[in-house]
Amino acid sequence: MTAAIEVHDLCMRYGSVDVLNGVDFTALRGEVVTLLGPNGAGKTTTIEILEGFRLRSAGQVSVLGVDPARGDESWRARLGVVLQSWRDHGKWRVRELLRHLGRYYAPYRRPFDVDELVDAVGLAECADKKIMTLSGGQRRRLDVAIGIVGRPELLFLDEPTAGFDPQARRDFHDLVHRLADRDETTILLTTHDLDEAEKLADRILILAGGRIVADGSAAALARQVAGQTEVRWRQRDETFVHAADDGTEFVRTLFAQHGAEIADLEVRRASLEDTYITMVRGFESGNPTDALAVFGGAGR
Amino acid sequence: MTNAVRNGLRRGWIEYTATMRSVPDVINYFIVAAFFLVVLYLNRNNTVAGTSLTLATLALPGLLGMLAVYTGMVSAGYALSAEREDGTLLRAKAVPDGMIGYITGHILRVTLETATMLVAMLVPALLVIDGLFGAGLAGGLNLLWVFPLGLLATLPIGMVIGSLMKSPRAIAGWGLLAVGALTFISGVFTPISGNPAWLQGVAQLFPVYWLGLGMRSALLPDAAAAVEITESWRTLETIAVLGTWAVVGLVLAPVVLRRMARRESGSAVDERRQKVLHRL
Repeated sequence: MTAAIEVHDLCMRYGSVDVLNGVDFTALRGEVVTLLGPNGAGKTTTIEILEGFRLRSAGQVSVLGVDPARGDESWRARLGVVLQSWRDHGKWRVRELLRHLGRYYAPYRRPFDVDELVDAVGLAECADKKIMTLSGGQRRRLDVAIGIVGRPELLFLDEPTAGFDPQARRDFHDLVHRLADRDETTILLTTHDLDEAEKLADRILILAGGRIVADGSAAALARQVAGQTEVRWRQRDETFVHAADDGTEFVRTLFAQHGAEIADLEVRRASLEDTYITMVRGFESGNPTDALAVFGGAGR
Repeated sequence: MTNAVRNGLRRGWIEYTATMRSVPDVINYFIVAAFFLVVLYLNRNNTVAGTSLTLATLALPGLLGMLAVYTGMVSAGYALSAEREDGTLLRAKAVPDGMIGYITGHILRVTLETATMLVAMLVPALLVIDGLFGAGLAGGLNLLWVFPLGLLATLPIGMVIGSLMKSPRAIAGWGLLAVGALTFISGVFTPISGNPAWLQGVAQLFPVYWLGLGMRSALLPDAAAAVEITESWRTLETIAVLGTWAVVGLVLAPVVLRRMARRESGSAVDERRQKVLHRL
């Protein structure tokens, strides 16, 4: 598989503040990658640089083989961007706007059929409504529909489910899976929601302190956290707690040595949430080095 | 490129018809037109010294010129700034050739809205005010160059203002004030030749005076030129001044628009949205 996104040593500086400080990552074609991180970590900045909406300070970036700072309109036609809408196009009807925006893609590729598209995002019953009459959730679905109207090869979603109710969130997750599986769309999304990251992503990147501090599947990330598998047991009326690198191996040794003396065994592997919370707490208490240390070899 | 222009024209038409179907927007047009028509109607018997024409007849063309400047420059700038604030422009930037389409649509929409405004004033005025089209069809044909040249002189500058000024509300406020003040000194209600020389000089720098003069040359009999500066319609000067505004606008607009578009991003729109929500 070839890379859809390649980022090497990306830096972004506003005035004297370094927001991104050597970001490195790759997203393969067809992969769903989630960018996770606390507020102000630079998720939106990163995504806007990749979209070609913001010029970077330094580093190499390639999106679908093109430097976004020099991307032309035929490059733009291969991308989908889901924007947070507010009150634009209020007097337009849903179908009208989707058809209008779809037409811009016509010289480059075949856009989505509008009826098919409103069905796919669950807006069929309000297709002829004025956009200003839509509910918040319906508007967000429209945002997604606009993002995919050109059948993008690569789709950017910046906090797509903020403000969704649980049902809308589930529908949205189904839609992302369909796009990734059926149409082989590469998807890069940002979120605060760990549960969402775990459900959607083939791979999770954690951005903190202007760098990617963790990169892997949810399970791999949890495994990478040094000493985070917690083993508790009782032995001759005494309670023991041990943090093991490899819980399975530790328990095997434990039984080999003490056998039947071991009682009330509990093995708890760190969840993505534990991993993430530890890190975010480290940053919020102003101790990023501690937080980075938690990840041991995970960061590059 | 041609696809984007075609799509932009469709866009302009959709936006225009949406405005015309929206009751509050249409009422807005009618209130402005009705207000000026009532003022003119009340002055229908008030003959202006030095002419055989009434104030209503003399003032209508100048008002049309003022309205063309207002819609072409201020409303167009306001709309651009407001659509930057609400994310319409960012949407255009996110699709291929979307900016070309957006700008095309904006130009068509402002042109149609300005034309509608003028027709909404002119048609009822013909019924209640005597002496319009005093120079006959030949004079009236002057509208064919005055109106397009007026748009060219104002619309690009309006787009520059809309790109440079962050707050659409500031554009509406300052714009109304500026056009109002210019109307006052540009010989719309009283002949400009009655003003002090320095004030005449100031007025002649701006398009309100020249568009008004052009409109008068189209709608009034030739004898009415007697109260103008140099007692003529100064057609060449009108073309020169409005043409200069047009050239300056057409040179500046692409540069400023491109710079503005380059700076649009999701977080920029979000920042403005937060500001507006804080004020509410």
